[in-house]
Amino acid sequence: MTDDERARGLGVTASEVNHHMQDRERGEGLSFWLVGFFLLIALPLLNVLPGQDSWLHVSDFTLNLFGKFLAFAILALGLDLIWGYTGILSLGHGVFFGLGAYAIGMNMMLSIGTESVYGSSLPDFMVWNQVKELPLFWKPFYNPWFAVAAAILVPTIFAALFGFLAFRSRIKGVYFSIITQALALSAWLVFNRNETNLGGTNGLTDFKTLLGFRLSEPGTQRGLYVATVLVLGAAYLLCRWITRSRTGKVLVAIRDSEQRVLFSGYSPATYKLFVFVVSAALAGLAGALYVPQVGIITPAQIGVLPSIEMVIWVAVGGRGTLVGAVLGAVGVNLGRSILTNHFPELWPFFLGGLFIAVVLLFPDGFIGLIRKIRGGQSWFHKPVVTAER
Amino acid sequence: MAEGSEAAPPPAAASTEIEQALKDLASEDAAVQEAAVQTLIAQGDAGVLPRLEEMRLNGDRSLRLAIKSVIDLLKNKEKLRSRRPEERRSAAADLATIGKPVALTWLEAALASEPDRWARYTIEESISLIKLAGSDPAVKAAAAAKLGDLRSQNAVPLLKELAGSSTLRDPQGRPKDDRGATGSGQGSEQAPSAGSGQGDQASQVAQAAQEAIERIESWGSWTSAIETLFRGISLSSVLLLMALGLAIIFGLMGVINMAHGEFMMLGAYATFLTQEGFKAYLPGGLFDYYFLLAMPCSFLAAGLFGLVLEASLIRFLYGRPLETLLATWGVSLVLIQGARVIFGDLTSVVAPSWLSGGLQVMVGVQLPYNRLFIIALAALCVVGIHLLLFRTGVGLKVRAVMQNRDMSACLAIPTRKVDAYTFAFGSGLAGLAGCALTLIGNVEPGLGQNYIVDSFMVVVTGGVGKLAGTVAASLGIGGLNKLLEPSFGAVYGKVLILILVILFLQRRPSGLFSIKGRQVES
Repeated sequence: MTDDERARGLGVTASEVNHHMQDRERGEGLSFWLVGFFLLIALPLLNVLPGQDSWLHVSDFTLNLFGKFLAFAILALGLDLIWGYTGILSLGHGVFFGLGAYAIGMNMMLSIGTESVYGSSLPDFMVWNQVKELPLFWKPFYNPWFAVAAAILVPTIFAALFGFLAFRSRIKGVYFSIITQALALSAWLVFNRNETNLGGTNGLTDFKTLLGFRLSEPGTQRGLYVATVLVLGAAYLLCRWITRSRTGKVLVAIRDSEQRVLFSGYSPATYKLFVFVVSAALAGLAGALYVPQVGIITPAQIGVLPSIEMVIWVAVGGRGTLVGAVLGAVGVNLGRSILTNHFPELWPFFLGGLFIAVVLLFPDGFIGLIRKIRGGQSWFHKPVVTAER
Repeated sequence: MAEGSEAAPPPAAASTEIEQALKDLASEDAAVQEAAVQTLIAQGDAGVLPRLEEMRLNGDRSLRLAIKSVIDLLKNKEKLRSRRPEERRSAAADLATIGKPVALTWLEAALASEPDRWARYTIEESISLIKLAGSDPAVKAAAAAKLGDLRSQNAVPLLKELAGSSTLRDPQGRPKDDRGATGSGQGSEQAPSAGSGQGDQASQVAQAAQEAIERIESWGSWTSAIETLFRGISLSSVLLLMALGLAIIFGLMGVINMAHGEFMMLGAYATFLTQEGFKAYLPGGLFDYYFLLAMPCSFLAAGLFGLVLEASLIRFLYGRPLETLLATWGVSLVLIQGARVIFGDLTSVVAPSWLSGGLQVMVGVQLPYNRLFIIALAALCVVGIHLLLFRTGVGLKVRAVMQNRDMSACLAIPTRKVDAYTFAFGSGLAGLAGCALTLIGNVEPGLGQNYIVDSFMVVVTGGVGKLAGTVAASLGIGGLNKLLEPSFGAVYGKVLILILVILFLQRRPSGLFSIKGRQVES
């Protein structure tokens, strides 16, 4: 073992912990309200008030784009909770995101009614596939509130089942990552099939209304944006509450040394299951908010590649910091939409380079970089240690 | 049969007859033309083929049609004497499709001198097929029985027709069939009461056909089982080739190499480039041997790339498996896109001719040579790696580092070097796997992605550090994949396997085989 490796293995140093305690409260409340005010009130107002050609004007398109990014940020918070804080790398969060997205999508599919291309009360893809009658599992989704509940509960229950099996048998580290990646692959395969009646490769699209509001109206999109910001704020507060609680400390302890936690009389499996389920629920919620804003959900958005991309959002922002997760999700996706617009063939190179760079050069992400530049003084909630093992 | 029993005319008379027939062929009179065709076929002299071809080029439509039927027959007759058994087999099969009774004599003559077992089989099958299409019920019944003996899958449609059509004509036929299966004496007793002698004969044919179908179909379920097994082993060997490199790298260094599939892709493109190089710079006769060079090329290309990657990236990440996972995933994205930019979306490699075709092991089961080659290659790799790890000094060092890195370093084993070379070796294995994969699929940038998740499942299930675990797990997962495919479909089969793996890990969290140690934490 080289000196480097040994130094890395040591993990927590006392000074880091002290910094952590001091910096925690300072300024964070203020920045939360500042950013919240900007996202929640300033952006939508700039969308409505100034004229079309004013430089202050925020177009409907931009607002919608940010809505999408902020939905991703909700997912990133959950992913950060499980990876950044607990040290469990899940490569299957696209599945939970997809479950939430499909739940709302199914409701919107049904609310199209006879406005569809074929004028049938069935969704169009069912008409193509010659399905004569609505499958039983679609029927409850006529009720939008059921759909909303399902968007959160289905991923939750699924994660609970999967997590129970995985954590009980102490599948951890890369083993867990590989199993969740296989989960993402399986889900992608299943959602792609026509006979599961989920729209096959084309997914669910061509939505018209949500809760009776027309999705094509800018007002509806504005409403969805505001809802996303509110949910993101709530998710942030929830995650902050969890990470500052006793449970949060156990989570970090599991990341740093699961054995010690086990020998101290805690049950790591229970804590891991809890955090896995919470992050799955957040992913489902993110999916539910994503679909009406983007207007389509396909299996391609829940497979292996998107699932691992979600991880990179958190890594780029700075794992182990909630702000970092949000920043990373927005930043990476902003970069993506700019780059894919101008140089579509360069994006994979860029993304690949990002994976390598974030691991090799700045393992603490953007937040870590800022901390370094500011000499360790930061407003932001910083990690106790980097999540390395 | 009538033509067949005629003795061949003396050669001198024959040549004049042929000349006459060739002249008559061009005749306006359809009857004369038909007679000429019959003569030419009966003479069966392949020497007239060039002249017929020439006439066909210049002739009108009716002449062309007439000549074509002659040419088809005579060409296949000629091919029956070919030196290559496959050609003889295809000629016999073609003659059966044409179905002219005149071919019987040729086939029977060929059968008498045929040395190759499977060519004999096809000739016998063709003879019976032609006889089955004839008119004599006794001959037909015998032919049907013979086809049943032969388990001829090709005869099934015709047999079904025979078994079905006589049921329509003779309502008694069907029930008699059923009883006939239990006791044949009873069947012949009851037959006269059914009606006319013709009906009796027809039902005999139907009965023989029915029995033959049953025999063929029960055989068919066997052959499909064997084929499923073979496909399973074939998939397993591909997974094994890939998982071997992964397992060694993961076992030794704790590095999860997500770019392993892309090393495979590199190997596949190295094969492609070797092929192109042979095409461009070497005489065509050597082309078939490009594959022999492509194998070491792909191993070296991927291995070298592995060495570079290890030196530039992996060595900074030892002891942090999750980080290596992410970084190598990034590498894989870059490599895939790079390949797409350089080579475009889809290319393919022409398999060398010595790997085309297949080995006939029993009736209805042909094992393609290319798949057999991959299986052999995988087996060879396992043996080679075993010998390398357990019979050489290098292997000893590798195993020492794998078990206790610090202690090995204390004993002056250059652990860094061992790491680097092991990583390169594992990558080279992936390249070799990619080279093998070109035999059964296209070469495309996303090649590795199709197998990466499965091969990681193999590593996880097999456990780390034991060769036997990797072999057993790849056989298990590959075999199950193909076993579940017919009844569940490929997709649900895969999902089921994931569930099975998770359940399996409940009982054995560290895989099938694992090194027993005192460490609680792996």
